[in-house]
Amino acid sequence: MDFDTPLFDTPLAEAWVRAIAAAVEKEEGRLTELDSAIGDGDHGSNLRRGFAAALTALDGLRPAGPGAVLSKAGTTLISKVGGASGPLYGKAFRAIGAALPGPAGPADLADALAAGLDAVRTLGRAEPGDKTIVDAYTPAVAAFRACAAAGAALPEAAGAAADAAEQGARDTIPLRARKGRASYLGERSIGHQDPGATSTALLFRTLAEVAAG
Amino acid sequence: MKKLINTPESVLEDALAGVAAAHPELTVDIPNRVITRTVRPDAPKVALISGGGSGHEPLHGGFVGRGMLDAACPGEVFTSPVPDQMLAAAKAVDSGAGVVFVVKNYTGDVMNFELAAELAAEEGVEVRTVLVNDDVAVEDSTWTAGRRGTGATVLVEKTAGALAERGAPLDEVAALGERVNAASRSFAIALTAATVPAVGRPGFDLPEDEIEVGVGIHGEPGRRREKLRPARELAAEVVETILADHHLTPGDEVIALLNGLGGTPLMELYIAYGEVAARLAQHGITVARSLVGNYVTSLDMAGFSLTLTKADAQLLELWDAPVDTPALKRA
Repeated sequence: MDFDTPLFDTPLAEAWVRAIAAAVEKEEGRLTELDSAIGDGDHGSNLRRGFAAALTALDGLRPAGPGAVLSKAGTTLISKVGGASGPLYGKAFRAIGAALPGPAGPADLADALAAGLDAVRTLGRAEPGDKTIVDAYTPAVAAFRACAAAGAALPEAAGAAADAAEQGARDTIPLRARKGRASYLGERSIGHQDPGATSTALLFRTLAEVAAG
Repeated sequence: MKKLINTPESVLEDALAGVAAAHPELTVDIPNRVITRTVRPDAPKVALISGGGSGHEPLHGGFVGRGMLDAACPGEVFTSPVPDQMLAAAKAVDSGAGVVFVVKNYTGDVMNFELAAELAAEEGVEVRTVLVNDDVAVEDSTWTAGRRGTGATVLVEKTAGALAERGAPLDEVAALGERVNAASRSFAIALTAATVPAVGRPGFDLPEDEIEVGVGIHGEPGRRREKLRPARELAAEVVETILADHHLTPGDEVIALLNGLGGTPLMELYIAYGEVAARLAQHGITVARSLVGNYVTSLDMAGFSLTLTKADAQLLELWDAPVDTPALKRA
């Protein structure tokens, strides 16, 4: 192992959850606005509530590793958020956490993130192109994995994943929603960026930021 | 936004406190957000549990009581409850005969109830799930989230609740619920959008002279926008849309639920019901039982939904069975 490469360890996992909580608080209005256009307008407030609860749950926790941090965050999201985003992000973080027993390098983190994507796809029964979280999450994992395979360090891989997720979120604009509440709008969902894909892009951007230090 | 609230953050807790104060026959566990019957049934029976986002009152808490639900789990406004709530409810009301979850087909509700069913099974509670998906406004295919669950939820809860009260076993109660859902179709029209307290403004902008046709119950827009027309024409369109999807033939009997979405006076609902009944009569369809009022609302949305359930002797008998809940009573 190359010891100059920063690892995704417990402090970094905690920093990630804190950064997400701060980001969803800051972006609550934008997420809610996107969700009002094609959903029911509570995506921002639900995520803010969920990650605030996750921070509280982490207080006083002595996590056994980075995975324990993310698993706890995931469990909290399932218990506190409701809606679709609670179980989807909750299951994702639990799956990522389960795949990270100890500090991880880029390749292991790529696998863990992919496990999270599998959890989202299984629970939501969504495919790329359905105009959901999956549309940002799938290219993010692919970019992260490609960078890791090419020997990139964590900050670089996370940065590429964030860029890919943001592009994936923008690419949902012309899509017609086939899952979630936006699917009830049919053709009228076209022309709006998916709020779930947008919050996923936010999650990957915060990962890139905390990895960059 | 002009609402009778304390703060947008405390809407749910404050409403539950009011329910508790108004209804000693209900036990309201505010921290766990579970509403149960204060007096439990004497004999073991299948327990009916439902839940969903708040803002649809009286659904579901208003239907907890003898002959209908054993417990209800309210979520945040327009947001499904979390699995912990359904688990707490299941453990509170299971008498060993098992639990039926009545779930409206919305992605969040389906996922959270699915997780709850797993947790309950781990705790030894036998669970069946009845999925309600009666809204014909939604194009249904294997590639979409499928039709929404709306007004038929009341019919499922009433009839399955009556059957459970008689001591029917778990599979039979669940099968009846599925049968009622399959026999039901709904369609809704909105005259205004709903305002979620935490958001503070209407979910969509609707000009004074326009309506949304084919709305759901979460402030989400409908399938298209049209000019406002007289109640007679709107009622006719709702009936025709349902009949185009529901294989009813002259001579058939239905149970009709003309439901207000929260912001329409009862007088206008009766105007709409009168037109619906006349239109159905033209088709030779008999309304065997009817219910007019606010049962599955969408906060302050003006408008109405119509649910038609094809009736038979068993369904009518279960519909007529005694019920004693805050929102539905029959001796």
